[in-house]
Amino acid sequence: MLIVTALTVVKTRSLFAIVALSGVFSLLSALLFITWDAVDVAFTEAAVGAGISTVLMLGTLALTSRAEKESQKSNLLPLVSVVLAGAVMFYGTLDMPKFGSPETPVQTHVGPDYLKRIPDDIHVPNAVTAILASYRGYDTLGETAVVFTAGIGVLMLISGLRRRRINDDDNKNSSDTKDTT
Amino acid sequence: MNIFATEFILGHLNYWLFIILMMTGLYIVISKGNLVKKIVGLNIFQTSVFMFYISMGKVSGGTAPIFPLDGVYDPSIAYSNPLPHVLILTAIVVGIATTSLGLALIIRIREEYHSIEEEHITILEDTVFQTENLPLDGKGGSI
Repeated sequence: MLIVTALTVVKTRSLFAIVALSGVFSLLSALLFITWDAVDVAFTEAAVGAGISTVLMLGTLALTSRAEKESQKSNLLPLVSVVLAGAVMFYGTLDMPKFGSPETPVQTHVGPDYLKRIPDDIHVPNAVTAILASYRGYDTLGETAVVFTAGIGVLMLISGLRRRRINDDDNKNSSDTKDTT
Repeated sequence: MNIFATEFILGHLNYWLFIILMMTGLYIVISKGNLVKKIVGLNIFQTSVFMFYISMGKVSGGTAPIFPLDGVYDPSIAYSNPLPHVLILTAIVVGIATTSLGLALIIRIREEYHSIEEEHITILEDTVFQTENLPLDGKGGSI
C-alpha cells in the first residue's frame, strides 16, 4: 500500500492531490511503525508527518501554484540511475540478517544494556523516553538547536513578504501614473 | 532447499520494500521539475530510511520497550531495541525542520521568478545572465 501511494505521487500532476497523498503515506508508515513496536515513533510520525508537514505544504500551495507543468526532460537517465542504485542496494541486503532475529549486531550490543540499566538508573517506565531525555540528552539538545535555526531561517525567508508586495504594488502604481501622464 | 529460499525471501522482504520506496523517492527528486513535488519525494525517501531503522530494532515476538509500572526489568520478556526508536524520533523532527525550510525557500523563489518549475527558472536565469553579460562583452571587444 505504501508503494502504491508512492508510485501514485510519481504519476499525479495536481499538487493538491500530491500533498494529500503524502499525508496518507505518513499515516500508513505510522501504522507500520506500530506493528514494529515503535509506538513513540508512530505517534510522532502521525503528528509531524501527517499533521504539521501537510499543513505547511498546503500553506505553500496557497502562496504558489496548484498544478505541475508537463516536463520536456527525458526520464530515461534518472530511471536508469535509480534502478542501478536500487540494484546495488539489493545486492547489499543479501548479507543482511533476517528480519526480527534476536542475534543481529543491532540487538546484541548497547540495546539490551540500556534496557537492563534503565529501571535502576532512571525510574521511567518508557525506555524510549529515558534514552531520549537522559542518555542521549545532548542529541536532543542538538535537535532543538536545529529546529530553532530552521525556524529563524523560515522567518527570515518569509518575513517582509507583505512589505515587498506593497512595495511592488506601489512601484506598479507609480509607473502606471507615469505612463498615463 | 526450497524452504530455505522462502524463508530467506520472507526475512529480507522488508529491506526490499525500503529499497523500492527509497528509489521511488529518489526518482521523484531527480526527474520531476516541480519544487513542491521534489520536497514530497524527499519526504518519501526519508521515511523509507526511518522504516529501515525501525525494522532493524524489531525482535520477533517482542513488545514495545515500555516496562511495567513496578519498574522491574524481566530478561525473559523480549523488548524491541529502543535505541533506533530514539534516533528516528530525533530524525523525524529534524526532517520537518528541513521540509519547512525548503518550503519557505520555494515561496521566496516563487516570489522572485513567479514559477516553481525548475526548467522555467533555469531559462529565466539564463536570460538574466546573458542580458547582464552582453554590455561587458561589447566593451571587451572594443578594447
